[in-house]
Amino acid sequence: MVDHFKIARPLEFYEKFIQQEVRPDGRELGEFRSTVCNLSCITTANGSALIKIGNTTIICGIKAELASPASEEPCKGFIIPNLELSPMCSSRFRSGPPGEQAQVASQFLADVIKNSKCVDLETLCVESGKLVWVLHCDLICLDYDGNITDASILALIAALQTTKLPKVKLNEDTDKFETFESDLVSLALLSHPVSTTFSILGDQILIVDPTSEEESLSMGTITIVALVDKICMVYKPGGNPIASEQLPTLFERAIERGKEVRSLVDKTFSSAS
Amino acid sequence: MMDSDEHREDRLRQMTCQLGQMLRPDGDTTLFMGDTCATVAVYGPGEVKMNKELLDKATVEVVYRSKSGLPGCAEKMIERLICNTYQTAILTQLHPRSSVSLTIQEIQNSGSFLACCINASCLALLDASVSMKFLVAAVSCIIDNDGNIVLDPNRKQEKTARSSLTFVFDNKDKKIVTINAKGDYRIEELNRCLALCKEASVAIFDFYRESMKKKLSKSMNTLKGDPES
Repeated sequence: MVDHFKIARPLEFYEKFIQQEVRPDGRELGEFRSTVCNLSCITTANGSALIKIGNTTIICGIKAELASPASEEPCKGFIIPNLELSPMCSSRFRSGPPGEQAQVASQFLADVIKNSKCVDLETLCVESGKLVWVLHCDLICLDYDGNITDASILALIAALQTTKLPKVKLNEDTDKFETFESDLVSLALLSHPVSTTFSILGDQILIVDPTSEEESLSMGTITIVALVDKICMVYKPGGNPIASEQLPTLFERAIERGKEVRSLVDKTFSSAS
Repeated sequence: MMDSDEHREDRLRQMTCQLGQMLRPDGDTTLFMGDTCATVAVYGPGEVKMNKELLDKATVEVVYRSKSGLPGCAEKMIERLICNTYQTAILTQLHPRSSVSLTIQEIQNSGSFLACCINASCLALLDASVSMKFLVAAVSCIIDNDGNIVLDPNRKQEKTARSSLTFVFDNKDKKIVTINAKGDYRIEELNRCLALCKEASVAIFDFYRESMKKKLSKSMNTLKGDPES
């Protein structure tokens, strides 16, 4: 009976739960699913991380490559994030060139790195005007159950934290650059941005960390990327309008979530190394 | 730097618009906000591609064309943002299984470009008489390195800014439809920007009213056969 109700009238089914301030999976409205993180799981990559938020699973691998810098910014390296949403993770995606959602998510990741200034691109410079590091960050969604924004940012930043780059020196006899794979230097992260996504259900109700079911019922999302005590991005692409009085509680939740995630990643990081 | 684009920091730049210049689209606008300029053409509600057809509402399509170069991920993100904004604003339930398509052409980007695109789209939709739940107005502002807030920044101010924020408000309850805030800022700073932009959005709604009034009075005169028009 319950199943029939859920299939026939999914929104009403949800509203029955929301009235009791609980969600069908037992979470409160402001509660995240359990977050699991596994660092340096790909040994062949320079840095990697596997993140699970509930059933949503994203793996990130970082590969460093040497390249010549752009002529207008000769002492800056590059970080190129790319999220792949393959048909493996959900039936809603097709194979072939990246779809719109994947492109927008990849651009969002690039914006987060740029705005949070978590990596100083000048530290990726080997020799100004000649050689810089390019960090190709490939993220693959293994299981899609909503909220890939939070999961992919978490995976990307965690992977950057584990990234180690080999030393590069100029060999003066041959006049060529040589890498020393045995001599690795960790990448310095200047900040740790953490994102929190809210879904707008109905007119006014905001729920944190939506599953894919909740995403399909929602009337818009808001993503807040928080630094320790500041905000670095707020992104609400359309959807049901919200009152400005609602924003402060969202910011509070985002900053609190930032603390939770940072302590989780730091704990995993220190236990691994 | 051009002097014409310098303006007071707590006010919007001069806005001008031309409606209905093009013959084929159902509605079109060229909107200037200071020296920033965008042209938007609207077709619809009309036929929809089979794979984009929605059974219970109209599909909103947005195509953004930059001045030069091939569209990349950044352009896709702008399209997505504008598309989502207007999916909420347009009464899509009135026209099931049809499409409303917006084509936005960048003419000149002298700062606050996203806001200009969104406002031009709203005027073009008004020109095409597409039914909407509410009108929307976008306002940009920046926070510079000294913590000052500059409303409707030009390109130079935008480049040196610490953070840049764009808000979209509806005209019904002045609620927030869209936020695109980048940079790094404290919550109080964001709230101050929000309040300032909300105040400024009133001027944009007034501008919509004035522009439509001008356009409609002109067409009334043409009907009467007034040689002045």
